[in-house]
Amino acid sequence: MSTATAGPVRRPEQTGASWRLTDRLGLGLAWLLGLLFCAITAAIVMYFLVEGIRYLRPNLLVTNPTPGVSESQTGGFLDPLLGTVIVGFMAMAIATPVGVGIAVWLSEFGRPTGFARLAESSVEMLAGEPSVVLALFGAVLFTVKELGFLSQTSHGIVLGQSFFAAAAMLSLVGLPMVVASTREGLQAIPSHVREASYAVGKTKIATTRRVLLPAARPSMITGTMLGLGRVIGDTAIVLLLLGGTLTFQPANSVPVLGLLRGTGDTLTGYIYYNAPTGDGNQPSKAYAAAFVLMLMVLALNLGVDSVIRRSQRAVKWS
Amino acid sequence: MDEDDFLERDRGLSQDQRAELGLGALVFVVMALLVALFVFVLHEAWPSFAHNGLGWFGGGGSVDQELQAIARSGDLKEAPVYTFHAWPLIWSTIVITVGAVAIAFVSSLFIAVFMVEFAPAWLGRILEPVVRLLASIPSVIYGLAAVLVLVPFIGNHLITQSEKASVTPTIQLSGSSLLAAIVVLTVMIAPIMIAVFADGLRAVPRGWLEGSLALGINRWRTFWKVGVRTARPVFVAGTVLATARALGEAIMLSMVSGGVGFAPNPVDGLMFFFEPSRPLAATIIAFDEELSSPPMKHTLYAIAAVLLFSSAMLSVIGWAAKQPMRRYGVVP
Repeated sequence: MSTATAGPVRRPEQTGASWRLTDRLGLGLAWLLGLLFCAITAAIVMYFLVEGIRYLRPNLLVTNPTPGVSESQTGGFLDPLLGTVIVGFMAMAIATPVGVGIAVWLSEFGRPTGFARLAESSVEMLAGEPSVVLALFGAVLFTVKELGFLSQTSHGIVLGQSFFAAAAMLSLVGLPMVVASTREGLQAIPSHVREASYAVGKTKIATTRRVLLPAARPSMITGTMLGLGRVIGDTAIVLLLLGGTLTFQPANSVPVLGLLRGTGDTLTGYIYYNAPTGDGNQPSKAYAAAFVLMLMVLALNLGVDSVIRRSQRAVKWS
Repeated sequence: MDEDDFLERDRGLSQDQRAELGLGALVFVVMALLVALFVFVLHEAWPSFAHNGLGWFGGGGSVDQELQAIARSGDLKEAPVYTFHAWPLIWSTIVITVGAVAIAFVSSLFIAVFMVEFAPAWLGRILEPVVRLLASIPSVIYGLAAVLVLVPFIGNHLITQSEKASVTPTIQLSGSSLLAAIVVLTVMIAPIMIAVFADGLRAVPRGWLEGSLALGINRWRTFWKVGVRTARPVFVAGTVLATARALGEAIMLSMVSGGVGFAPNPVDGLMFFFEPSRPLAATIIAFDEELSSPPMKHTLYAIAAVLLFSSAMLSVIGWAAKQPMRRYGVVP
């Protein structure tokens, strides 16, 4: 449906005075709830801005969490911050190529049709699965002996908690967003673009790689950013599969692999730990970490907006 | 794609076929992973279901004492205990989910209508990214704000001392309550609903609305009777999506809902909403350190299996609801 989408339908000469009571009530309710929504949003954002700025100190960003009872003893959240970056990067490094691959297959190949529909609903089902269930799935999967090299082993028992395990399950959280967005982008490209490429002798896969994917790049970036937003906001998987140990606990002294096989924490885990309901109970630290996390999510959202806006201004197929 | 058959005959046959097979294999792997998810979770869950039968879903006894007994039996070398009656947890999940989805549905419907049709253009332009931002705020942040602001407010101002005293031996009314859980969950899932609803309302063919306006029907009635009615399947799809999110929300609810395996009783009147509970997903988080105890592990996986199947059912419903919209050519 490219021709008929609704913009606002304006009838400026009409006034509400002649309307029936139910219509006026409905319109009033829509305005009321709409403005209430704006107010609630503003309240949430302002609240975190104020509290975050009040508690965020530069040294929180460069010191590590240490056990302690008072605010001055418990340190900052350098490791959780790095953990968020590492986990987000690893998860999207898995989710983006796989998601783009699935989207290309669904949109460009999709044979046999039955299998394609099944695959489509599988991805949708994956998007609807609670992350706590994915976390428990990961807890079984990564305690299998054969996957022991991805986490730590003690007395022959595979612990199954590591950056690898958490990132693998978190990639399943981000995957559906990448697939949905990329697929939408591919489907928005009209078929004559593909036909033009076939007409100059390109194969289908060359067309996809050289024409379709570059054209759908804004959608891919959007999907990746939205997925990343979900990934860094997830807590359940971090608690169960990353260990939630506040600082990095490398499995051994091998530089990178040891770290990734070991346990750690992310900002979400840190916030959960320092909330009044958690074991740490340092609300001011939690606020500061929440503020940083909020800024990351906000940056991702602004990124998505600017990508969308730029792509709207760019190529128009006709 | 028939039109490139003649191309394949001439050239590029193996390359394209290899790509198709490779990508198909990738899709197959992800689907296999989903099947593995069901198999693994069900396999781990089976002992708990097998020991309790349908009583698993029933009530009886204190669910927290049962969970503690289960956890203890894993450490000692005795026969493992599996007795578990999850009704208080299920009831809590149902009340919180239904309450939040109902409130969020009504308000999201009006807000989406407002956003798409009645808001001034500049406000609509601002609202759209704001909705997306709200939908992507991590749940632990909502939980933190609720624990530090909403819960103390409810505990100090809405619940009276006499109400607190009247239930003291059984439960504590601290403010962590159904009310707090429902309110925060509503704020969390409403943006998801608004985003989906607004997409659907924007996709309503403009000519249909103009036809109604041309008959002299006012803007509100036109949009309500034509626009909203056309987009009905989208409302089902959005609601299903939001329900799945509400059902699986573990972190925020474990912070806000009270963390007690207690079934709030509607007979208590208004106090019903002040009573603490703990939904299914939050129970997994609350006992995640006991995963090393085998009977506890099986019990927690049984809870996960219930969540897994509920959300799978929901996504089937959502898929079915989208079909009529596709027939119109209006794909959300």
